[in-house]
Amino acid sequence: MSKPNSTPSAVSAAERDASAAGPAAAAPRPSITDLFLAFAGVSLSGFGGVLAWARRMLVENKRWMTAREFNNLLALCQFLPGPNIVNLCAVFGVRMRGIPGALACLLGLLGPSVVLMIAAGVLYRRFGTLPELHGVLSGLAAAAAGMIIATALKMAEPLIRFRLGPQHAVALATFLTVGVLRLSLPLVLLVVVPVSIGFAWLRSYEK
Amino acid sequence: MRNDADTLTALFLQFAILSFFAVGGGGSAVPEMHRQTVEIAQWLTDRQFSELFAIAQAAPGPNIMFVALLGHFIAGVPGAVVATVAMCGPSCVLAYAVSQVVERFRAARWRIAIQAGLVPVTIGLLAASALIIARAADHDWGGFAITAGTFAFVYWTSLSPLLAFAVAALLGLSGFA
Repeated sequence: MSKPNSTPSAVSAAERDASAAGPAAAAPRPSITDLFLAFAGVSLSGFGGVLAWARRMLVENKRWMTAREFNNLLALCQFLPGPNIVNLCAVFGVRMRGIPGALACLLGLLGPSVVLMIAAGVLYRRFGTLPELHGVLSGLAAAAAGMIIATALKMAEPLIRFRLGPQHAVALATFLTVGVLRLSLPLVLLVVVPVSIGFAWLRSYEK
Repeated sequence: MRNDADTLTALFLQFAILSFFAVGGGGSAVPEMHRQTVEIAQWLTDRQFSELFAIAQAAPGPNIMFVALLGHFIAGVPGAVVATVAMCGPSCVLAYAVSQVVERFRAARWRIAIQAGLVPVTIGLLAASALIIARAADHDWGGFAITAGTFAFVYWTSLSPLLAFAVAALLGLSGFA
C-alpha cells in the first residue's frame, strides 16, 4: 500500500504518477489473452449482474487494479451514459493494452454472453408457448419486476432521507413522463437532465 | 423474424441512440426499449418483452445482454450482434474519450453537480422500468405476490436474488402465476 495522502492535490498527483507508470497494483501488466480469458470468466460466473465478479477478479484475484483505482473508474462510468460494467471494461482494456486490449476485454465480457443469449432465444422461439415454460417465465418476469423495484428503492434511500426538495420532483417527473405517459426518453431527458443538474449546482453553493 | 437490412439498420440506430440516453446504467434504457420495440415498431408483444427481460436477468453475464436476446427475437443472430454492438460500442468510445479528460476534474464543482443531478433521473427511470415490467408480468394475484415477495427478499436480505428467481420459477411451473 502507498502511504496515506493528506491533501486532495497530493492524492491526484500520486494517482497521475501511478497511471503514467502503469497500474499501481503489484501484478505485471496482463497480455491480450489474459484480458480476454479473465473477462470471459467474469461473464460466465456473473449471475445476477457482473459488477461484483469484475471487482473480485480485477482487485482481489488478479490485482490488476487497486481498490481505489477500481472505485474511481466505476464512479466515472456511472457518471457516463450506457452500461456501466461494459464501459468500465473498455476503459480498463485501453489503459492496459490500447485498443486491442479494449477489444479483448469486450469480446471476453460480451462474447460468451451473446452466444448464451442466442441459444436462449432459439429455445424461447421453439418452446416459449409450452404451458409449463410459460408458467416458469411468468414467475421469472414477476420476480424481475420485484427486483427492479428493490434496486430503485435502494438507490432512492439517500434521497428519501433528504427533506422534500427539487430532487424528489425530478425523480417523480421522470417516472411519470417516461413510465406512465410513455413520452420519448431523449425528449424527456433533454428537459429533465439540465433542470436537475441546475438544482444540484445551486445546492452545491448551500453547503 | 425479419433479418432484412431495413430492420437491422433500424435496430442499430435505435439502440445506438439509446446507449447515450441510458443514464446511470443500462437498466434505465428499458422504458425506451419497450416504447420503441413494442409500442412503435410492434416487433413483439408486451408479454414477450417481459419474458425475454426475465430470461436475461436470470442468465449469467451483464444484465444489458437483454439487448442481445431482444435483437435475436426481432432479427435472428444478426439482430443479436447488431443490437449488442449498437448498445455497447458508442458508449464505450464516449467513455474512453471522457475518461481521458474528466479524471482530472474529479473534485470540480461542475462535475459533482452533474453526477448529483443525474441520480434522481436514474431513480425515476428505474421506477419506470419496474412499472413497465410489472404491468406486463403481473396479470393476477399470484404474479403480484411473487413481485412483492421478490422485492422484500432483495430489499431486506443480502442473499443472492437468484434464490428468489428459483422460487419464482418453481411457483410459476406449479401454475401459481
